[in-house]
Amino acid sequence: MSVNLTLLAVMGALYACGIYLLLERSLTRVLLGLMLLANATNLLILATGGYAGLAPFYAKDTPAQDYNDPLPQALILTSIVISFAVTAFMLGIIYRTWVLARQDEIQDDVEDLRVAETPSFDAEDDAEIPMETSEFPLTMVGGDGRSVSDQALTRPGGESAGSTVAAGAKRIDAIDAAAEEQPGSQNVTPGPEGGVK
Amino acid sequence: MNIASFAPLAVVLPILGAALTFVLIRHSRAQRTVSIALLSLTLALECLLLASVWEGGTAAVNIGGWLPPWGIVMVVDQFSSLMLVVSSAVSLAVLVYATGQGMADGDHDAPVSIFHPTYLILVAGVSNAFLSGDLFNLYVGFEILLTASYVLMTLGGTGPRIRAGVTYVVVSVVSSVLFLISIAMVYGATGTVNMADLAIKLADLDPGTKTLLHVMLLVAFGIKAAVFPLSFWLPDSYPTAPAPVTAVFAGLLTKVGVYAMVRTETLLFPGDSLNTPLMVAALLTMVVGILGALAQSDIKRLLSFTLVSHIGYMVFGLAMSSVAGLGAAVFYVAHHITIQTSLFLVTGLIERRGGSSSIDRLAGLAKLSPLLALLFFIPAMNLAGIPPFSGFLGKVGLMQAGIELGTPLAYTLVIGGVLTSLLTLLAVARVWNRAFWRKPSDAEHPDPVLLAPRETSDTGRRGGRNNVTLLPRTMVGSTLGLVLLGVSLTVFAGPLFKVSDQAAADMLDRSSYIQAVLGEETAVPLILTSGGGK
Repeated sequence: MSVNLTLLAVMGALYACGIYLLLERSLTRVLLGLMLLANATNLLILATGGYAGLAPFYAKDTPAQDYNDPLPQALILTSIVISFAVTAFMLGIIYRTWVLARQDEIQDDVEDLRVAETPSFDAEDDAEIPMETSEFPLTMVGGDGRSVSDQALTRPGGESAGSTVAAGAKRIDAIDAAAEEQPGSQNVTPGPEGGVK
Repeated sequence: MNIASFAPLAVVLPILGAALTFVLIRHSRAQRTVSIALLSLTLALECLLLASVWEGGTAAVNIGGWLPPWGIVMVVDQFSSLMLVVSSAVSLAVLVYATGQGMADGDHDAPVSIFHPTYLILVAGVSNAFLSGDLFNLYVGFEILLTASYVLMTLGGTGPRIRAGVTYVVVSVVSSVLFLISIAMVYGATGTVNMADLAIKLADLDPGTKTLLHVMLLVAFGIKAAVFPLSFWLPDSYPTAPAPVTAVFAGLLTKVGVYAMVRTETLLFPGDSLNTPLMVAALLTMVVGILGALAQSDIKRLLSFTLVSHIGYMVFGLAMSSVAGLGAAVFYVAHHITIQTSLFLVTGLIERRGGSSSIDRLAGLAKLSPLLALLFFIPAMNLAGIPPFSGFLGKVGLMQAGIELGTPLAYTLVIGGVLTSLLTLLAVARVWNRAFWRKPSDAEHPDPVLLAPRETSDTGRRGGRNNVTLLPRTMVGSTLGLVLLGVSLTVFAGPLFKVSDQAAADMLDRSSYIQAVLGEETAVPLILTSGGGK
């Protein structure tokens, strides 16, 4: 079966440009990329029908190279209609992005960024709490050799906090580590929507 | 007159409903009645279809009287009719839930009135994909459901939904283009797109071409089904859509991809040529997906990751290409559609009741609303595979098939499956502990509605309006119905497993499908396997 080389070369070029544009961050370029991909595929389907210029004629004993198969063209029609609808919808979305954000760019996922920024240290599970929480307090010794269990409950006036505790990468006051479970704790930094540690 | 000849109505009725509801766009009450009535009718028809093939057998309908392989055929067998019934039951429940939400919040705003027509078109697309006996019609079915899903995904056009919608649309279009390229290549190689005809003609191709076509189709369907390296679009785009939309997407859309993969593997490319890569993909899908779920604090995102992870189980069952494995996979698909959808519906209720879907902000729901806790607990345990629920039965079926196969890779997958199941339990237990069991005062920035005394709990503030019903009866009722359907899958697991196994045996044998489409006297080519793994 002979194949139209020009058609194939055009198809290859369309695929290459389409994939290149698809990888851009601008939505309009992405849309153009998708349109090129769809049209390249239409050419591919057309190529399966046989050489151009032959009659779409079918009789049982006609050899395959002597007629053009009309079915791929019907398939292309369907695919054109579908890609037309999708293009129209994408244009609507791009316009909406422009209205909302005044930019025509793919935006980052906020929740993904949050997970990416979450340190492996979880204040609730991983903090070493030197506080005595039982009803019968024993004197506990903090990292600096002083007792912590009594003084930590009352924050010393002013800036001078009592002993500190290693909490992942940073050091926090023992009182904050102990008070982590309570509302208003300073061990966690509340985000604007909550849930950001 | 055979009942199977009414199969095209499963596609026609929802499309008719879409047209009617579009005409009735200004009358929301009539719209609701029409869409629920037509979807119930579709479900009833599909139950009849399932009953007609319950004992086995395959029926083919030639659309417009054109004979295969030239005309379009729709094929009803056990697998496709089972999928139809489960998907329609689930979409009916979600539709009732959505109308309940619409009635509770007042749906006079313009964008919401296009929900009904779009939703029905989505259902028509799903039915078309399940029934299609022809590769190009399968593509059209995919496009119908995808185009409807683009609209549903960006319903209301808010910032986050548009952002998520862009990802979703671009990824879906790329996968559709890949599918179309594969169709063109298949047509170029064989000159037909009829699946039964392809099953015969693909056997004559040389192995290189065959593998190329096989891989192309699997990649295209793998994106739609969210199989591991191709799954990252899903947790990014699903959670932002409205609760009922996310629920129906999670239940149905990926399963249509799985369905297409099953048909490709069993009917078009039988044998075990790509079983090893599929098994590796299944393992990675399970493990990577569930590890992602553990990092999430938003329940909807967490569930989206478990959705990806549990697709791995189905691919595992498929990759074994044994009757036991494929049968368990068929059962697992039916189970997972129901359970995953009910979990997303419950999450919608949790968000309504607790003012957030983040497990850092939720607390004390078990005390505030015991019914909600029960509605979450049952499907959550079911998903994690706690005995005696259907999730457990499906997983046991898969494990048994894996051990029966006995290769080192199959054993690795069995271990991976058990691990995934345990980690799923951990993920849902985290949600349970935080959202349901701890005191509201322990939560970070809890919504005022959580701290309100119980007397005023059935109404509250939502969307800037006071006295909105927090848990409307329709929404709770439809969720309850779906949870009960999930439980009934456990109760009737025996007959269901029997049908799944029979469906798997029929699919692997292929002669029933091919002879139903092309005529009784068609010779079915022998299946070549590389090793003695069958």
